[in-house]
Amino acid sequence: MTSDHAAGVASEHATGITSDHAADIDRHVKIYISVFVALMVLTIVTVAISRFHLPVPIAVAVALLVATIKGSLVACYFMHLISEKKLILAVLVLTAVFFVALLTLPAVTHSNGYWIH
Amino acid sequence: MDIPYTVEVRRDTGLTNGKIGIWLFLASEVMLFGALFASYILIRTGAPSWPRGDTILNVPLATVNTIVLITSSVTMVMAWASLMRHRFGTFRIYMGTTILLGCVFLVIKYFEYSHKFHDGLYPGTNNFLALYFTLTGLHMLHVFGGMVVNAYFLGPGAKLWKTNPVWFTNRVENSGLFWHFVDLVWIFLFPTLYLL
Repeated sequence: MTSDHAAGVASEHATGITSDHAADIDRHVKIYISVFVALMVLTIVTVAISRFHLPVPIAVAVALLVATIKGSLVACYFMHLISEKKLILAVLVLTAVFFVALLTLPAVTHSNGYWIH
Repeated sequence: MDIPYTVEVRRDTGLTNGKIGIWLFLASEVMLFGALFASYILIRTGAPSWPRGDTILNVPLATVNTIVLITSSVTMVMAWASLMRHRFGTFRIYMGTTILLGCVFLVIKYFEYSHKFHDGLYPGTNNFLALYFTLTGLHMLHVFGGMVVNAYFLGPGAKLWKTNPVWFTNRVENSGLFWHFVDLVWIFLFPTLYLL
């Protein structure tokens, strides 16, 4: 996506409905359809991979990778994060930091054996 | 008194109040589900053994539900795009479809749950099922909540389109952001619970 387009989308969001941006919306709709197809394909891929019964660490890594790609597509295009204002991105970066801490903290304490022994 | 900055953006944030509000709410939702995912990791890594999801749960049903929810995300974003194109009739069709797909998701989940109960599998049966019911239960509540808000915008809330179409479009966008978030959570729940 070009920065011109991103700027167009941003101003669209700022001002709401303007018929000048009808062409932009048409382009958006095409992107939505492509993202939809990609999400469907990735859903089938992740189910198909699970049938191979890979070793757990590899299976987890692959499933997480596919889910992250799918989640990013939803966040970037359906939720318009790809062209969203900096303030929202900043809020999400801060959230991501705490989210990662939340997920790794228990794992770290566990690896010390603190919780199970 | 009118709610400020529903149509025009605040100069300091560059956003409407509704937009920043929904994103702050979603940030808190990330932490809510994050706490449950952290519990999952802790309980699973601490367990001597862990069942593969597909030995207990119904993967084909959950795959259909994944497809249903992703499709509903597309119809949701198309509902918003229809308003951006001033096509209110098309908006109603897409919004109605989004709510209908939400219903399909909940009905399939109902069958999954009742099948588990029929087999004597309850949240108290084991840790796997405790996590399964808690995570999917909370997620189902979110699906239901999103459907209620969407139904409002399809029904009585749609009156706003006649008096203030830009505000209405912004509201539908914000409702959509919540709906996509619910879809996003399911995208992670599905492999975590069913496939690993």
